[in-house]
Amino acid sequence: MPEPYDPLQPGEKEVIAPTGQGGPMDLALEEAQSLEKTLEPAGPGPQEKARSLWSDAWHQLRRNPVFVISLLLILFLVVISIWPQLIASGDPLQCDLSKSQQGSEPGHPFGFDTQGCDVYTRTVYGAQASITVGICATVGAALLGSLLGGLAGFFGGWWDAVLSRVADIFFGIPVILGGLVLLSVVTSTTVWPVVGFIVLLGWPQIARIARGSVITAKQNDYVQAARALGAGNGRMLLRHVAPNAIAPVIVVATIALGTYISLEATLSFLGVGLRPPTVSWGIDISNAASQIRNAPHMLLWPAGALSITVLAFIMLGDAVRDALDPKLR
Amino acid sequence: MLLEVRDLHVEFKTRDGVAKAVNGVNYSVDAGQTLAVLGESGSGKSVTAQAVMGILDMPPGRIAGGEILFKGADLLKMKEEERRKIRGADMAMIFQDALSSLNPVLSVGAQLGEMFEVHRGMSRKDARGKAVELMDRVKIPAAKERVGDYPHQFSGGMRQRIMIAMALALEPSLIIADEPTTALDVTVQAQVMDLLAELQRELNMGLILITHDLGVVADVADKIAVMYAGRIVEAAPVHDIYRSPAHPYTRGLLDSIPRLDQKGQELYAIKGLPPNLLAIPSGCAFNPRCPMARAVCRTDVPPLYEVTESPAPRTSACHFWKECLHA
Amino acid sequence: MPEAILEVRDLVKHFPLTQGILFKKQIGAVKAVDGVSFDLKAGETLGIVGESGCGKSTVAKMLVNLERPTSGAISYKGEDLTRLSGRALKAVRRNIQMVFQDPYTSLNPRMTVGDIIGEPYEIHPEVAPKGDRRRKVQDLLDVVGLNPEYVNRYPHQFSGGQRQRIGIARGLALRPEIIVADEPVSALDVSVQAQVVNLLERLQDEFSLSYVFIAHDLSIVRHISDRVAVMYLGRIAETGTDTQIYDHPTHPYTQALLSAVPVPDPGARERRERIILTGDVPSPANPPSGCTFRTRCWKAQQHCTDEVPLLAVPEAFRGQTGPAAHPSACHFAAERQVVPPAEES
Repeated sequence: MPEPYDPLQPGEKEVIAPTGQGGPMDLALEEAQSLEKTLEPAGPGPQEKARSLWSDAWHQLRRNPVFVISLLLILFLVVISIWPQLIASGDPLQCDLSKSQQGSEPGHPFGFDTQGCDVYTRTVYGAQASITVGICATVGAALLGSLLGGLAGFFGGWWDAVLSRVADIFFGIPVILGGLVLLSVVTSTTVWPVVGFIVLLGWPQIARIARGSVITAKQNDYVQAARALGAGNGRMLLRHVAPNAIAPVIVVATIALGTYISLEATLSFLGVGLRPPTVSWGIDISNAASQIRNAPHMLLWPAGALSITVLAFIMLGDAVRDALDPKLR
Repeated sequence: MLLEVRDLHVEFKTRDGVAKAVNGVNYSVDAGQTLAVLGESGSGKSVTAQAVMGILDMPPGRIAGGEILFKGADLLKMKEEERRKIRGADMAMIFQDALSSLNPVLSVGAQLGEMFEVHRGMSRKDARGKAVELMDRVKIPAAKERVGDYPHQFSGGMRQRIMIAMALALEPSLIIADEPTTALDVTVQAQVMDLLAELQRELNMGLILITHDLGVVADVADKIAVMYAGRIVEAAPVHDIYRSPAHPYTRGLLDSIPRLDQKGQELYAIKGLPPNLLAIPSGCAFNPRCPMARAVCRTDVPPLYEVTESPAPRTSACHFWKECLHA
Repeated sequence: MPEAILEVRDLVKHFPLTQGILFKKQIGAVKAVDGVSFDLKAGETLGIVGESGCGKSTVAKMLVNLERPTSGAISYKGEDLTRLSGRALKAVRRNIQMVFQDPYTSLNPRMTVGDIIGEPYEIHPEVAPKGDRRRKVQDLLDVVGLNPEYVNRYPHQFSGGQRQRIGIARGLALRPEIIVADEPVSALDVSVQAQVVNLLERLQDEFSLSYVFIAHDLSIVRHISDRVAVMYLGRIAETGTDTQIYDHPTHPYTQALLSAVPVPDPGARERRERIILTGDVPSPANPPSGCTFRTRCWKAQQHCTDEVPLLAVPEAFRGQTGPAAHPSACHFAAERQVVPPAEES
């Protein structure tokens, strides 16, 4: 049963920060933290260095174990996706059918799959496809989404109305169905069709966030102040609105990166994403799924790698949000 | 004594250290009395009130010491269950921002009635009747027709009346009003303040009025406690404090506000900035800004001195209160 | 008598109320400002007071061209601002600057103080050559009472009062003749308000500025203003010198407003006459006919419903020279003293 509404136990807002001059703690601290000279110099205070919000965020992130762990994990993944040879000496495409579905043996700790390929090597090489798709799709969706969403939010009017409706149409496309239809006609074995498809479906989400945060930033008095000084649209957008609207976009994009990686795996699993000979966790999971009773190790390793990668990016996104969200500070 | 706060200490844990928001506050209110707690942002006036109400966010807040006696019983030693029963029924609070204190998806009648349903076990229909009665009492015109309206359909002044009605619903013996009129327009402010004072007289409640506005205080308070950096620096009956402040901070505040009936050349300005709660100055917290400060002010924390020259009981936390009184 | 550098005539701003998402249909208008006229003379301070929703902030925005008026004229030295655009508008903007109410939202948190105060020079490069700018910014910091070495700090490292000084420095950068200050101290702590008010007064003398000072706090307006205009629901109810308005008000709204101001003197509680108005300010989307104040006025009669009172010296005082003879938009204007007479100190 939901708790009855009790006006005398107001929501957090009143408790922590009675608005206005009521004396919220954070305001008081902020007031108090500075030490500048006023008309007459105030007493000595602790020396304080110039800190931008970004450097503040970085300062906080460095001390956040979630951030450090996820960042190390991601760095590791990026490195092995560029140089898989560093930790895997074999060739993921060189398989020995005689070892089909065998368990681990010296030199092949994860065992072999149905084709007799080394699961360890394939798991290591699979990172490349996932990371490439994840990063490229995120960069593409973030650029397209924040550009379109940002312009819609800044200029408003019919441009905004049309763009929002277009974004709604893309939102309406069921991801799996869209993938099955659009990607089944593609014959390329590169990652680019998949990247393109994810960008196509991913940009509206970023655009919505960008539009909203641009509208919020646009209403700030400092944007009005710049306009009162005679600043043009370009200056207002680039100097005042964009830097203050970018944080939510970064947060959403980082979290989206994880989901894009799992989307790639899903599409590959369904046979419309990456195709052999490209090595991908999704393909391997798909191949292993039918053999889950006979050889669970075939599924375990690529699926585990996928989960950890997705989790790492989502944790990173969470940590970045905590650091950039001014309401929590 | 209805409420007595004794040597209350409250701290907040922040990223940069422990902020001492309240450092030994003492005050008391009797039934039918109005105590105004005057202070700037960060003075600890709201935090003290939240501690009394038991709605302080803990963590990051922490009550580091002291007693809060309500009708003789120490609230800080009570179980949360018992405090809940007191809160709302016998002790109520009015906030500055009425719009965000009311639930936007419930009609005001439902919100007012809920008080009676939950605390008094009334039926919905009876509670509704009570809600109309309350709205009449706080002089909301056409209460019967408007009882089903939602908060956003009322103006700022009317919403604050609804908040007052809600606070009064169960006829508490103590009301804490945190900047109740700050968000309102001057002409509406006067209406709301008058209503509050009238109801207080009628019900013989104790009222703690928290504000930064010296004008509002002068109009309604019986006694005043001035807070600075988490301490009460001066406490006195309202007439005395305006006629002859016994603390340089109070004097500075009084001198620095422009007055409707005066046109001066330059305003007196208290120099410097409000103190950093993470590093409160040693000795008297006001010493870096004080025109009267001497060596002893930087080393010794002034106790609350009895201002003996006054017939009514009053106190000042200034080593040189005598000089200040006669300045 | 100094000439007017700013002449505002019949300024109107209606915000359309629309319905529908894609195909918008106008269903009404919020009459934020509904025919406001005043002059600002060189070197003087004109105070505009009123309650929230009376249109005073919209007037401020139109003066600095942040809002385009629906109709009416704003002439700066004979040139109508509302007709200018592009380069000509930019040039005029240099001379009319604004100080905002909220020092927490009016400074870009991503920019250093030096960049914030220096931005006017980037927008108007002709004012200061590039090499000169840093020095100019530091001079400005010094002028407003901040340490010039703090150019590289960010706004969140300053307190409210200090931020407002930064906002004032930005407003001064282009050496404007007019500063429009919209509630410049109402967001500040009581003990800091006086510092900022004093600073504004000092700067006015130093740079021979003219101020349009907008506030809801009547005491501060009286302190700083030479002339005062009282606004109610988008119109000016009464205007005159500070003595005329505060000591000899003739409009019932001004009288009520003045009597409602809490005075920091408990003795005055008994001495003062209080006029408590009933009800709230009506919605500017649907203002009352005739005199907009009539719904809360104790003097209202049928005549007030039928005819809009004009802002002029009321008939009763015409031809007189006393302080009560000043423009007041009331059919039944009569003098009534609500504040004890001023003491010059």
